[in-house]
Order: sequence, then structure tokens, then C-alpha cells
Amino acid sequence: MAHHAHEPQVTVIPPDKAKIKKLWTVALYLLVITIFEFIIAFTVPHEYKQLRVWVFVGLTIVKAAYIVGEFMHLRHEVKVLFWSILIPTIFIVWMLVAFVYEGIKMPVF
Amino acid sequence: MAHSTATAVTGKSVWDGGTSPMGASYGKLMMWFFLLSDAFTFSGLLITYGLVRSSHQAYDGLVSAFKFSTEYWPVPEKVFEAVPFLHGYELPLVFVGIMTFILIMSSVTMVLAVEAGHRMDRKAVEKWMLWTIIGGITFLSCQAWEWTHFIVGTDAPTLVKDFVNGQWITKEVYGANLHINQYGPQPFADFFFFITGFHGFHVFSGVLLNFLIYYNTVTGVYERRGHYEMVEKVGLYWHFVDLVWVFVFTFFYLV
Repeated sequence: MAHHAHEPQVTVIPPDKAKIKKLWTVALYLLVITIFEFIIAFTVPHEYKQLRVWVFVGLTIVKAAYIVGEFMHLRHEVKVLFWSILIPTIFIVWMLVAFVYEGIKMPVF
Repeated sequence: MAHSTATAVTGKSVWDGGTSPMGASYGKLMMWFFLLSDAFTFSGLLITYGLVRSSHQAYDGLVSAFKFSTEYWPVPEKVFEAVPFLHGYELPLVFVGIMTFILIMSSVTMVLAVEAGHRMDRKAVEKWMLWTIIGGITFLSCQAWEWTHFIVGTDAPTLVKDFVNGQWITKEVYGANLHINQYGPQPFADFFFFITGFHGFHVFSGVLLNFLIYYNTVTGVYERRGHYEMVEKVGLYWHFVDLVWVFVFTFFYLV
């Protein structure tokens, strides 16, 4: 195994304040969206079920986009990788929303 | 050798070899495609949830007057309204909200660990990995409490009709397992155990992987290797676990 003589010289690069601030901003967005979902869950009456559900689904997709795009860095990856992941995901999420929507049995306006 | 040929020839496709067309290492690409397949598995569970739910009666009365019955699918926020140390209070989804908060925060500490790895800052990677592990363990503990509460049940039982020895009897049911369910039709409990259980097992595996990364960081493995890409790969997995929870939160608990 590596002995002390072989320990590499490591230069630590100082933190990029702007980059770290951006990560915390994304975290703040995620928390604000979650709190907003709670406000909807408690203030909008259940009679407005259509509205409630579509707001929840929409906000979920926004949250997912922030997590995958910024935290998982996909937004900044090469185009071909970006689309290879995104296209199958769009189809499966579409199917997911469609089936859960059927399951809720929404009243018709 | 191979590296120079592809870049030297102008107008040649990046797919002709010698370069990484997707701009990511083999390991990172494989993690991405594994996560894509894992997303299909989780979607399969949630899609089946929607399918089975659609074959049951929906509750169409006032939500404020909701009572547990095996006749119709329950309103989820009426099932998950308990919070530790606050017995007897109706606090719908508050505990699930706390769990969501914990998981989002541990995702942030993970991304900070990845950032520190890019800068070769071993001390910072150690610090943020440790916070991520603590977040994961806290989430698992919350889930253990939630499962216990779900299995044990509420103070008042639900009266459930059952066919025993050729005749219908009414029995008092507390809590739920894979054979009995006080909250609604049996599949509701089964899906709760399968979906949150499968996700919880992912979190558990994630905590183990995070610990492995933390150990290797502390012992200087990545410093000797010259890069912290393993932190990045396991970070992708950890964010994915957070991502799945966002979907479970909406499609199982919220709607």
C-alpha cells in the first residue's frame, strides 16, 4: 500500500461562493414549493379536487426538475445524455400521472 | 494513442471511438442508466397503485366526516395524521412533511460534498458526507415510527365484515398488515408497505453506500486516486432517492 513517501501533494481549491450560494438557493426553492403544497392542502377545500390535484402534480414536476437538473447536474451535461435520460422519463411520468388520475376518480365539473 | 486520433481528424463523428461522446465516465453513465431503470421500477409500483385504486369505490362524502371503512378507498391525509409525542392531535401530513424536509436537506449536504470533492477538499467532503449519513438515518428512524404507527393502528377500531367458517361476522380491527387493514381496502395497506418499503430499502442501501464513501474519504483513498468521482456517483443515487420520495409524497400521500 501507499506509504508516506508516496502521499500526493494535494492543493485544495478554495470554495466558489457563488456556486455554493446557487445550491442553497435551489434548496430554498424546494422547501418553499413543499410549504406551498401544504398551504394548498390545508386551505383549498376538497371540493376543488381538480384544481388541488393538478397543482400538486405540477409542483411535483417542478421539484423533480430542480433535483435532476441542478442537484444531479443533468441540465449541464452533454445534450445527448440529457435527452437519453429525459425522453424515457417523460413517457413513464405521463403514464404515472394518467393511471393515478384514473385511480382518484375525479368528479366531473 | 486513441485519444489523439479522434480529435485530430476534423469533421469526424464523436461516435467513431476514442472519445466519450456523452462527456461522462463509464461509471457515471452506468449510474445514470441504472437510475433510469430504477425509475421504471418505482413508476411500476405507483402506476399499479393507480390501477388498483381505480377498481375500488372512491369516498364521495365530505372529507371532514370521513370514517375508515373497507367499502371505499381512504382519503390518505386522514390515514397519516399522527405525529410522535402529540398523541390524539389530528395533524394531517405534518410528519410526512417533516420527513420530506429531512430528505431534501440531506440532498443539499450531499451536493455540497460533491462540490467539495471537485475542489479536493477532504475535510469538507468528510463533514458533508457525515451530515448526509445523519440525515439518512434520521429519515429511516422516522419511517420506522410511521410503520409502527400504521401497523399498531388508531385508538378506536374499525368494524370489518369477514367471512369465517361459512358465515359473516363483524370484527374489530386495529392497524394493518398484509392480511388485514383498518384504514380501507386491503390493497391500500399492501401498497403502503410495498411502496414506502421499497423506497426505505433504497434509503437504507444509500446510507450504507454513503458510509463506504465517507470511510474511503477519511482513509484518503480518493485523495491518493486524485479525484472524488465516487462521491459524485453515489451522490447521483442519493439524489434519486430524494426524487422518488417527492413522487411518493405526491402520489401516495397527497392526492
